[in-house]
Amino acid sequence: MSGHESSYTPTNAFTRWLDTRLPIIRFAQDTAINFPTPKNLNYWWTFGGILAVCLATQIITGVILAMHYEASVDGAFASVERIMRDVPYGWLLRYIHANGASMFFLAVYIHMFRGLYYGSYKAPREILWILGCVIYLLMMGTAFLGYMLPWGQMSYHGSNVITGLFGAIPLIGESIQTWLMGGPSIGNQTLQRFFSLHYLLPFMIAAVVILHVWALHVPGNNNPTGVEVQDVEKETVPFHPYYTVKDAFAIVIFLIMFAVFVFYAPNVLGHADNYVEANPLVTPAHIVPEWYLLPFYAILRAITFDLGPIPAKLLGVLFMFAAIAVLFILPWLDTSKVKSMRYRPVAKQFFFGFVATCLLLGWCGAANPDDAVIKALQGEPKLVVSYTENEVEVTSEYKGGGEAYHDAKSFMDSLPADANPSLSAVPAPTFQFRHLSLILTFCYFGFFVVLFFIGLTEKPKEVPESIHKSVLKRHKASTATAIPAE
Amino acid sequence: MTDQTSLEHGGAVDEDRRNFIHIATGAAAFGGAAMFAWVAVDQWNPAADTKAASALDVDISKVPLGSEIRVLIGGKPFFIRHRTPAEISMAETVNVASLRDPQTDDERLHPMPNGELNRAILITSGSCTHLGCVPVGPAQGNTGDFGGWYCPCHGSHYDTSGRIRKGPAPRNLPVPNYRYVSDSVVNISL
Repeated sequence: MSGHESSYTPTNAFTRWLDTRLPIIRFAQDTAINFPTPKNLNYWWTFGGILAVCLATQIITGVILAMHYEASVDGAFASVERIMRDVPYGWLLRYIHANGASMFFLAVYIHMFRGLYYGSYKAPREILWILGCVIYLLMMGTAFLGYMLPWGQMSYHGSNVITGLFGAIPLIGESIQTWLMGGPSIGNQTLQRFFSLHYLLPFMIAAVVILHVWALHVPGNNNPTGVEVQDVEKETVPFHPYYTVKDAFAIVIFLIMFAVFVFYAPNVLGHADNYVEANPLVTPAHIVPEWYLLPFYAILRAITFDLGPIPAKLLGVLFMFAAIAVLFILPWLDTSKVKSMRYRPVAKQFFFGFVATCLLLGWCGAANPDDAVIKALQGEPKLVVSYTENEVEVTSEYKGGGEAYHDAKSFMDSLPADANPSLSAVPAPTFQFRHLSLILTFCYFGFFVVLFFIGLTEKPKEVPESIHKSVLKRHKASTATAIPAE
Repeated sequence: MTDQTSLEHGGAVDEDRRNFIHIATGAAAFGGAAMFAWVAVDQWNPAADTKAASALDVDISKVPLGSEIRVLIGGKPFFIRHRTPAEISMAETVNVASLRDPQTDDERLHPMPNGELNRAILITSGSCTHLGCVPVGPAQGNTGDFGGWYCPCHGSHYDTSGRIRKGPAPRNLPVPNYRYVSDSVVNISL
């Protein structure tokens, strides 16, 4: 709560002296110790603390890795291998850093979905939410830049795809792309600038985190009921020890899972291709970003049609950026006055639909867009012979196993020489990942439109009068059900 | 603050003079920041040595028939393909009007010193016009549905003239600036 009165009293001569010069102990007391926090926060609220641990982990391991890393196209890959093999505990630091990125995103997605479910983006917390979106955007930028540094195949060609996105911008796109890469292609100069920025951005994240916490401490925490604190005395507890301990417990559980990845499956979230040194002449057969960017990659590839004067490629890029931009204006898209989805029976259904949409988009992003979603429904492919007859292109189709091939071949041999026959295997039409991606892209944006209209028509359940009443009611309900069991 | 100073000056503050100083100071700071911003932005543009390494002489006599060689110029891949007569006729017999990016095969070739076209040698960029992957070709055992190149990233098929025939790519593989230095050497530049 803003302007909650400072309860700090300096106890000795030194702290009294310090308090009138740099009231840092007072500041710490007011923000991290005595800060009144709603007493009904659940474990979904621990991810803020978990994220702070993630950022610290990434910065500490990152700064150390930079002491051993060499940002040059000739040395980068070898220096990473040296870190893995020769530098004392280099393997541990690098695995923590690489898996730490995944853990960071896992935590931030849970944190964001929590904000979405409990309406933490609504007044008076719009700026808090927007600052969070800025952090998320910076995180994606940092992750993308960092993924390039090992200079593996996926690093190189993934960066090629992403810088290529800017080439889709009309008129100025190509010069922007050249400017980003610092040359006609991704090269040494690109690697050096990406390294510099990869080192810079986490500190910018840290700075925005300070603003984020500041913006949190003005209105105070939201809570599962979405009802604001009315009685500080009855409805809040001091942050320490209640939430420091609760957060610490969640952090320990989270770190155990983190350690399982680091020690037992350090490469399971990565791509084997990135252990092959970058080769501009050979593109990996299947370029995919890291898992946390897959939903956006799916949206990018879902758009395969032109819309009026906008070509498909630009449209895909626009939709991908819009998918992030829409989060920034969410506070004004949701028209409902009720914060928590607990009391919004209709919106709640759509929320879980939205979570499923995001997960399925991730699945689509990892798949080859031309593959069948359900393999069992994929019909048999057919062989098509195309040839020219009287200067017109004609095709002839063959179905069935090996026999079809022989039939097609003998048909081709029977054609006159000027017919130019060619043979190709055409897969049977089926429901492909590109179709699913398009439907899911529609659902993704649809959710935000739906939020706007539901807010106007939905009849919410009865919202508790206060946090205190809600807690008492829950307590009574649980003791009431406990009695028959006795 | 303002009240105090105006008192000290006996209430006679020259507002015009003060505004002038404010605007001049602000303009100097803004001008300095803008000039530095220019430097900070422009230093990301290609450096002189990067620009200088943007042309290459290639001996085309060594390219095996029916296959290709790949060269990097400034880090960008280029294909130099030695086409078989069948591949040349496939490229020439296509109905150009039906193409996504209509171009005849002849428009995609540059003349030799004697003014004739060397139809056997096709030189194109090696970046898929979709998202910049490097397509696979005869040397990798996959030439796509139209005998030219196939981009494994998102499934674009190019024909034996490097023209887009199927898949998401919007344009043909671009033909770079190149000229025949002699009958067997071409100079390719970005």
